[in-house]
Amino acid sequence: MMVSGTVEKTEVVPIASSSDVVLVRQRVRAWATELKFSLVDQTKIVTAASELGRNTLEHGGGGSLELALIVNGMRRGIRLCFSDHGPGIPDIAQALKDGYTTGQGMGLGLGGSKRLMNEFEIETKPGGGTLVTAIRWK
Amino acid sequence: MMERIPILRMGNYLLVTIQVDMHDKLALTLQDDLTARISEVDAKGVLIDISSLEIVDSFIGRTLANIASMARVLDAETVVVGMQPAVAITLVELGMSLPGIRTALNVESGMEYLRDTVGVHEGSDDGIGDSRED
Repeated sequence: MMVSGTVEKTEVVPIASSSDVVLVRQRVRAWATELKFSLVDQTKIVTAASELGRNTLEHGGGGSLELALIVNGMRRGIRLCFSDHGPGIPDIAQALKDGYTTGQGMGLGLGGSKRLMNEFEIETKPGGGTLVTAIRWK
Repeated sequence: MMERIPILRMGNYLLVTIQVDMHDKLALTLQDDLTARISEVDAKGVLIDISSLEIVDSFIGRTLANIASMARVLDAETVVVGMQPAVAITLVELGMSLPGIRTALNVESGMEYLRDTVGVHEGSDDGIGDSRED
């Protein structure tokens, strides 16, 4: 079960084109900077957001990112929720495997972004869209 | 007008500095433009400066690898220079070690590598003074 917390504030970024993925990177960078993550952590969070945002666009046919500042006791973190109404992921375990791809990527998007974040969860059902939630704690 | 990343020519070399946050289509345009230019001017070396890039994700990484492979097939060497340390750490954790891509810390050592690998083409018509921008 994913550790979560109280949501302090949120922002929604729509994802409908490849320039929106750039916007996702910029907004996530702004949030990670504001939360005073180290440069390496900022880079990891933004890179994960770029991978997941691209998945939302390419595999989910577009959707949105909800950014949230979450607080759990003394810990603060950034939560990224990518949602789409696409075909869903038939086999999550396979999709998380490095090198597995249905698109033209390298198949590092899901597994790679899971490694870059602290908490990672996928909810999906065939034909019912996909929700990927990822958290990085400070 | 379509957005493009400029490619500079300096003698037998092509130089690219990526200074914008590239969306995927822009990265693919760069890949096409660079391969076209390599064969057009018979370039022997390609230097790509990514020191302004704040992230390299799997797509950009793959595009850089593709450029290097296509250049090799066209008889040109590619060197990617200036990757920020935070970007390098993240790339490896992401699972990409950029195999097949030659890297250097900065433009100077990248050019040195190209000169050593490609060999000096002194006295050719298109010397250093002939740099121009597309």
